[in-house]
Amino acid sequence: MPAKQSKLISGLLMICALFYGCQPLQSKSNDTVIADSTDQQQASPQESIETNTKSLTDNATQPVKKTFSSANKFNRLLKNKHTLNNSLSEDGIHDPNNPVTAILQSPHEAFASLPRAKSGNSVDWVKALESEMIKPRSDLYDPELKPLVMDLNIIREVKGSMPDVVFPHKQHTQILDCTNCHPSIFIPQKGANKMSMAKNLMGEMCGVCHGKVAFPLSRCTSCHSKKKPSREIKETKWKWP
Amino acid sequence: MQVKLTINLCLMLLAILMCTESKAEYGDVLLNNFSEASGMKPVVFPHWFHRIRYTCKVCHADLGFELKSGANRIKMIDILEGQFCGNCHNGELAWGSENCDLCHSGIADGETHIERSHLQKLLDTKIEQMQKAPE
Repeated sequence: MPAKQSKLISGLLMICALFYGCQPLQSKSNDTVIADSTDQQQASPQESIETNTKSLTDNATQPVKKTFSSANKFNRLLKNKHTLNNSLSEDGIHDPNNPVTAILQSPHEAFASLPRAKSGNSVDWVKALESEMIKPRSDLYDPELKPLVMDLNIIREVKGSMPDVVFPHKQHTQILDCTNCHPSIFIPQKGANKMSMAKNLMGEMCGVCHGKVAFPLSRCTSCHSKKKPSREIKETKWKWP
Repeated sequence: MQVKLTINLCLMLLAILMCTESKAEYGDVLLNNFSEASGMKPVVFPHWFHRIRYTCKVCHADLGFELKSGANRIKMIDILEGQFCGNCHNGELAWGSENCDLCHSGIADGETHIERSHLQKLLDTKIEQMQKAPE
């Protein structure tokens, strides 16, 4: 009998464990669902279950809240689910059995004071550089050497309905050298570079950096930032024949 | 017997509660051109760490690193001679090459790639599709 009992208890506990385990994952994947579930997201998993049970018991006395079917549960804004890692040994790229990994700086620690962004490293690097929160050296040996900054915006007209692309040389020359891009990636001549988002996506042109180390292509309006001139509707005056 | 079981199950429960979605940082490079073939773990290069301290230009223009993961074909002998990583990782500017495990800290059987890049995502989905598709 005790063996049977223990099996039963273990089975029940397993179900409980699975239930507990699933809760935080569900709330994570549905970041922007419905106002009803927001309270649960903020609460810790244990608390969320408590509120669940409460709501079940209170249903009898309080007016019934509107509940939505799971069809409404979709991350429609496709928000970035990336969260900062606390330890490097759990990030999936570092060997978890290597004890030395604990010495290395974790991104969580480094990014704590830097301005946040929604994608990429979750850090707005341009803002961080301009506000001098980070001061990267532009020479290996001379800490005082300042980069040659060229302030020139290139506007590229886009065929489709997206806003035109503004390429700021300023932000790029603050961290890069001319030879990084010219002439191997971009021919320094107007109209000589045929670009497309497909090329960018495959890691060519802008995609050499953007989408790998610089901010990803999902931040459309960071590049497509100049509104197109609105189409003028010509007024034709009707004349008496 | 029961006590042991319950303790074990409690531990399991804790483990499940603690488990969170873990991902490497955007721009981390895993380098495994020669490492595992020579009996070392692959190298992890964190872009975010280096860009806080140096601008892109220092490595990619002055030191001559290519803008493509794995294209530099870096060998340990080059680093010991003061090329590539060895420009800084010489024991004066940054830790020297005697600290093997600090750089060779990647997961086993990892292929050379940039973490969370668009191209990598495309490749991953393609591989998934290939695996799912019946032959």
